[in-house]
Amino acid sequence: MPQQDQEILVKVENLSKKFCKDLKTSLWYGVQDLLSNLKGSKAERELREKEFWAVKDISFELRRGECLGLIGHNGAGKSTLLKILNGLINPDAGKVTIKGRVGALIELGAGFNGILTGRENIYNNGAILGFTRKEINEKLDEIIDFAELREFIDMPVQNYSSGMKVRLGFAIAAQMEPDVLLIDEVLAVGDLGFVLKCFKTIDKILPNTAIIFVSHSMPMVSRICNHIILMEKGVTIFQGEDVAKAIDLYYRSFVNNESNVVFDDGSISLEEVQLLDPTTGEPTNIISWGEDLKIILGLNNKRLEYLPFITISIYDKEQRGVAFFYYDYKAKSIDKGLFLISFTHNKLQLSKGNYTLNLIVYENTKMINPILRLNNILSFQVLVEIETWPPFLLDTELNYLVK
Amino acid sequence: MKLETRIYQKENNLSLKKHFREILADLKKSGFLARQLAERDIKAQYRQSYLGIIWAFITPLATAAVWIFLNLSGTIQITETGVPYPVYAFSGTLLWSIITEAINTPTNSTNAARGLLSKINFPKEALILSGVYKLLFNSGVKIILLVIFVFLFGIGFHWSLLLLPLVILGAVFFGVTIGLFLTPISMLYKDIGKMVSMGFSFLMYITPVVYAIPETGVMSLVMKINPFTPVILTGRDLLTGVQPEFLTYYFVVLGFCLPMFVLALIGYRISIPILVERT
Repeated sequence: MPQQDQEILVKVENLSKKFCKDLKTSLWYGVQDLLSNLKGSKAERELREKEFWAVKDISFELRRGECLGLIGHNGAGKSTLLKILNGLINPDAGKVTIKGRVGALIELGAGFNGILTGRENIYNNGAILGFTRKEINEKLDEIIDFAELREFIDMPVQNYSSGMKVRLGFAIAAQMEPDVLLIDEVLAVGDLGFVLKCFKTIDKILPNTAIIFVSHSMPMVSRICNHIILMEKGVTIFQGEDVAKAIDLYYRSFVNNESNVVFDDGSISLEEVQLLDPTTGEPTNIISWGEDLKIILGLNNKRLEYLPFITISIYDKEQRGVAFFYYDYKAKSIDKGLFLISFTHNKLQLSKGNYTLNLIVYENTKMINPILRLNNILSFQVLVEIETWPPFLLDTELNYLVK
Repeated sequence: MKLETRIYQKENNLSLKKHFREILADLKKSGFLARQLAERDIKAQYRQSYLGIIWAFITPLATAAVWIFLNLSGTIQITETGVPYPVYAFSGTLLWSIITEAINTPTNSTNAARGLLSKINFPKEALILSGVYKLLFNSGVKIILLVIFVFLFGIGFHWSLLLLPLVILGAVFFGVTIGLFLTPISMLYKDIGKMVSMGFSFLMYITPVVYAIPETGVMSLVMKINPFTPVILTGRDLLTGVQPEFLTYYFVVLGFCLPMFVLALIGYRISIPILVERT
């Protein structure tokens, strides 16, 4: 891509913003800021009592056709940054330069009034988004069709389902032809069909637009972003074009969560669980793609006479079930007290990311009566160069077959 | 095509002139939005109500009724007003209600749009303008009512009646200017709104709303200085066909409002980001 000759649409230089933790103090600071703003004070802004930096020293540039992903925990400052870019709040230091028409997918259906009909609300929302009446008149049919609401368009919006409202809101917003588009999490709502439609629209406008995308959904981020900023407590932890690495870092910050008991009838308990490093044999929670996965379980038998059917499933960070360890079960008698078992799977082919293990112990292979069920007994991370969305990275051979 | 460039930084280093130019540009852009918002609110208001428009003037009507009753029953003695007392009282309370509504409008419309302000960037002037549109709609109803009263009480038609809408426009402008000044601070502190509404219930008694200015005394002086007096009196005088007594003062007040309005609007624009931050 000849990105260098594309013009820079968004330029952010050392941007900082502070917030106040206490409401009363914040209001009083508000009065002071009002006065100093009116005077046009140019003094350096220091942290006052009870204040903190919500966004600190962020810089980046974005050209047409590029998409910047902003990721980080809740409260990392992503939305604040977006609000500054949208011109809703002023920064306390630094500078933002934006060229062109700015569109924001931050709230869909802003300005809707529940009592009015869908059709009337198209005009309300469209006006807020900056359309003229003429533009809305021209696009009205397209909007109604895109939202798939022709049948209900003259019904009060308060009788719409939340999905319908979002669809209508997006259909209006999709008519914007922005140079810079800010997206904050709105795509998380709605059903699958809606999400796919949103992506299609975004794919369509991306080549002519600079997009800044805030999301907690890493598959979405890795799908559309080619630049990324990982934020934590207002500062940049990682910034660059290596989207995969940033997502890795983001996921790593969630490793080691507490396990939780779903069901326990007291006949057996889990004492210990370890993932062993295939080369050193030491406990670890990081494993490389293609290595052998070995899990050791320490269980305490309290009143079972036969070895139960012990199952482990792998879940990804979005809590999708990904895999199940299948083995040939043979019932055998066991003693009371501690015993160890190991699960070994050769040549792990999971794709990059974080995974957790769930344990379910059944009386027998019919898998009807669980006697112990634990979620998240262990989490581990799979490292591999390539970033893929699907959970499996299958080792494949390519042969060029000559006719 | 040349792209519009926006710069956001901490200082607002625009000169007054630049601010003024931006306001004009934004006002032009916000025409449709303002009308749409006003239409939305008016429609929604009447679609969910049977009494509808009656609510716009029931309060001033009730206040006037109380005073008319007090006067007719002889409970309080009111100096001669020159026109039938019901017309006097009713025109006073209606004009007064237009001004107080105008004062409350900027704060109310900004408050109602709090959610919008923190999500979407749109010309903020549209909020003020839509408030004014709603105000003019309500005031229009009140004027019609006033004119009906004038005919009912046999005062009859005067050419000056035709000037009434202009004076009402002036009253609205006067009120909105005051309201616009109060908005930034009253958005931050709820106390301001309460203080204002309390203050105005007192202010009514030093304005010739339900009784005329006394001939002598402290009260006479206070009422003559009060800038609300010329606005109310000029409106009423035109309504009843009397030569307006405070016309000069009325123009002075409006003339003063003009630069004040621009200043207040600039202050409003500058304060919005600070308000958004705290909502």
